[in-house]
Amino acid sequence: MIRITIDDIETQVEEGTTILNAARKIGGKIVPPAMCYYSSLPGSGGKCRACLVKVEQASARDPRPMPKLVASCCTPAQDGMVVRNITSPEVIEARKGVVELLLVNHPLDCPICDQAGECDLQNFAYEHGLEKTRSEFPRRTFDPIDIGPHIQLHMTRCILCYRCTLVADQLTNERVHGILWRGEVSEISTYIQKAIDNDFSGNMIDVCPVGALTDKHFRFRNRVWFLNPMDAHRACSKCSGKVVLWLRGKEIYRVTARKDAYGEVHDFICNACRWEHYDLNDWVVEGPRSFQPWSVINANKYNAQTKELPDQLYSKLDNRRWNEFEGVT
Amino acid sequence: MLAVRSGKPVTFSAQALEQAQQIIRRYPEGQKKSALIPILHLAQEQNGGFLSVEAMDYVAEMLDLSPIEVYEVATFYTMFHLKPVGRYVLEVCHTGPCEIKGAEWLLQTLKSKLGVDEGEITPDGLFSIRRVECLAACGYAPMLQCGERYYEFLNTEEKVEALLEHLRQNANT
Amino acid sequence: MGKRLLLEHAHVESIDRLDVYRRHGGYAAVEKALKSMSPAEVVEEVKKSGLRGRGGAGFPTGLKWSFLDKKSGRPRYLVCNADESEPGTFKDRYLMEKLPHLLLEGIIVSSYALESHCAFIYVRGEFRWIIKILERAIEEACAAGWLGKNILGTGFDLDIIVHPGAGAYICGEETALLESLEGKRGLPRIKPPFPAVVGLYGMPTVVNNVETLAATPWIVLNGGDAYASIGIGKSTGTKLISACGNIRKPGVYEIELGLSLEEFLYSDEWCGGMEGAYGLKAVVPGGSSVPILPASLALKTASGQPRLLSYESLAEGGFESGSMLGSGGFIVYDEAQCIVRNTFNFARFYHHESCGQCSPCREGTGWLERILHKLEEGHGTLADIDLLWDVQKKIEGNTICPLGDAAAWPVASAIRHFRHEFEEHVHHPERCLFRRRQAAVPVNALAEPV
Repeated sequence: MIRITIDDIETQVEEGTTILNAARKIGGKIVPPAMCYYSSLPGSGGKCRACLVKVEQASARDPRPMPKLVASCCTPAQDGMVVRNITSPEVIEARKGVVELLLVNHPLDCPICDQAGECDLQNFAYEHGLEKTRSEFPRRTFDPIDIGPHIQLHMTRCILCYRCTLVADQLTNERVHGILWRGEVSEISTYIQKAIDNDFSGNMIDVCPVGALTDKHFRFRNRVWFLNPMDAHRACSKCSGKVVLWLRGKEIYRVTARKDAYGEVHDFICNACRWEHYDLNDWVVEGPRSFQPWSVINANKYNAQTKELPDQLYSKLDNRRWNEFEGVT
Repeated sequence: MLAVRSGKPVTFSAQALEQAQQIIRRYPEGQKKSALIPILHLAQEQNGGFLSVEAMDYVAEMLDLSPIEVYEVATFYTMFHLKPVGRYVLEVCHTGPCEIKGAEWLLQTLKSKLGVDEGEITPDGLFSIRRVECLAACGYAPMLQCGERYYEFLNTEEKVEALLEHLRQNANT
Repeated sequence: MGKRLLLEHAHVESIDRLDVYRRHGGYAAVEKALKSMSPAEVVEEVKKSGLRGRGGAGFPTGLKWSFLDKKSGRPRYLVCNADESEPGTFKDRYLMEKLPHLLLEGIIVSSYALESHCAFIYVRGEFRWIIKILERAIEEACAAGWLGKNILGTGFDLDIIVHPGAGAYICGEETALLESLEGKRGLPRIKPPFPAVVGLYGMPTVVNNVETLAATPWIVLNGGDAYASIGIGKSTGTKLISACGNIRKPGVYEIELGLSLEEFLYSDEWCGGMEGAYGLKAVVPGGSSVPILPASLALKTASGQPRLLSYESLAEGGFESGSMLGSGGFIVYDEAQCIVRNTFNFARFYHHESCGQCSPCREGTGWLERILHKLEEGHGTLADIDLLWDVQKKIEGNTICPLGDAAAWPVASAIRHFRHEFEEHVHHPERCLFRRRQAAVPVNALAEPV
């Protein structure tokens, strides 16, 4: 075990743990945001630069600071390392820069985007962004392409996290989509007309941090914050069958995999669970899904169910992991 | 924009096939993918100067890769042409030091002499013009690359005319 | 006449052929190293020489070699970076064209030092004729027993493979180069791990520039101390400088490090002074990525000392008043050149060459180009100049690889030293030197080098 200090909080982690995961072990506000890193997808991370942190002391053996900010998601912790995240003005400034640059070409079409309410970029911009854009140039556009009957690709919203290509590499035998071209015009594409069609393709939607890949069956049908998310499962021969049902009354609007407090799925689900079981009788409903208290998905639900809850919540927020609040819906 | 299959099959000459095998053999065991870029160069040559979808699929099969891996690589590098080009692609460097010495003038001169814009092909199919970034010929500017060669110090109309004439002659022989 | 360690025989007829190269003392370093020195001794001489990476970063070569993981016993690779594509730089091309065997000799002694049995030369794809020159030289060397199995009967085996790139500046970054060599898109890897531990095919790898490797035979033959006695301070040995822009004699020159910039620029032995009637406006001393220096700071440092062509002197004053030796791409601008246009041109280059992997560079380089284009066209405002400054700062230091910095530095230095020209473009765009020149004369300079 090695010791690492992040924003003056010390913790012990296994050797080889990244700074980000050490921070997640501590939890709370000092966890750097991450939009491309995905713990269950090897090879992810390092690209979006949202998780940059300052290393004030590289290790006990070599106490010099690191010359540049480093991506916490792919920098291993060292024994005696001292890291600053939200206590470093330099980090906050850099993060503001990353948000601004990510939004230079982003369409900001949140009002009509299905991801709104559960979008990492939206949350990130809300926390760190400017109120208005300083870029006055036309935003980048792409010719729309059709990637099949289940998934809608909105390339203009993509932040090129590469997660969808990694999930395809991991879950399927032959990936048919990839990152084409380079630089600013890099694009997710199949290059030739081809449907992305395999039993696990739907997971690309769940790993997408923004609204670039959305569920065609759910498209424009409802806002996520109007729905009641319920944990449910069914016996499935292809996957764990553990899902979240998004309900309005008894109607299932969509089915997704379960995401943890950092938006990551650990049990990927198959397309049959996702798209072929819209009847509530197909599922064993476990109960309400818990969400981070600030998530808009909880909007309008606290008051209706437990009036005193917000006060209880806010008194407990400091230095606690949000997902410890079980049963909050 | 998605690419469309041309419907024209791709075949390597016997000599090119042998060359491809030689290229594959020079990389360590299990590292066949290393041969991808050299073989894409070869495929481009064998396919009249550009990489059609068929050409890339052919290369994918040769190297046991999925087609998307080949598309990803081919679209990354600027030397691969994904659309038909003229027999001679005049690639004019327009980066800093060349611009000082008249790269824009050279481009204009070529365009007016050939009557085509950048990215177009002359009606006789001989020439296309393209801007490229630094070709490491900064001291010999303005210049362009055509095929295997660099043509440097192209700073007068006469020299440009002579070059075009030379290429036209080559095309006939 | 300065010392010539690399180009001494560059002008000899047919020196690219093995027999001629041998007659001029070629391959003596291979003989000496393989027959009378241990690999560790070769590494030691290179360490003593103080040789620094000639590709741009200037990292001590011996130190880089010492990081190579030899203990694990996995195969080790030496990769020669011949992906020369930094604007202003054309020295490696010259060296490979003229002296292919010198590069091979350098690769052989370096591979011996690193105990590597397979070396790659990654040549930018546009250098088609150089690939042929190198392949012919390798064939000659193999036939004569300088390469292949059991070289000189010493039991040392080495193969050299020439690998072409296909048009991507980013592949000059060593980890992008390795990705490209593995047949992938040239995306820089996230470090650590460094190539010395996890490099080509996951094996320990050293990546060195052409000029760096070509310097090693002389060091082996004459000793590290002799090399270290040439040059100045920590800038030891000689350096190839590729000079271009508004000078009388553009070309590739070998200089002893520490030569004064003024002498290099004005002496007939080197650049021969300005090409026309205009005086000196600015110099980019180390390739497009390094900060531009206005004439006053190019010739003298801020403290009034003569500016020397060395790693330290060029960097003196930091980014406030200094620059970097970089790759040795020496670009000279006369008074008739427009700095705003040139900055736009470089920004366009970096925008075009950004690999698109990390967000600050992917989104920021395009934004820089667009703001500069607006200013250059005469539609900019004073606020745009401040915005430009702000955007470059948001890119610098926050990217995966140095391309982000390389895109930011020319913009920052141009604003720092030539803000008045940017303001002039806001107030009087019609006075832009580039546009006036384009309108008046078709091409600026017509003279071929003397």
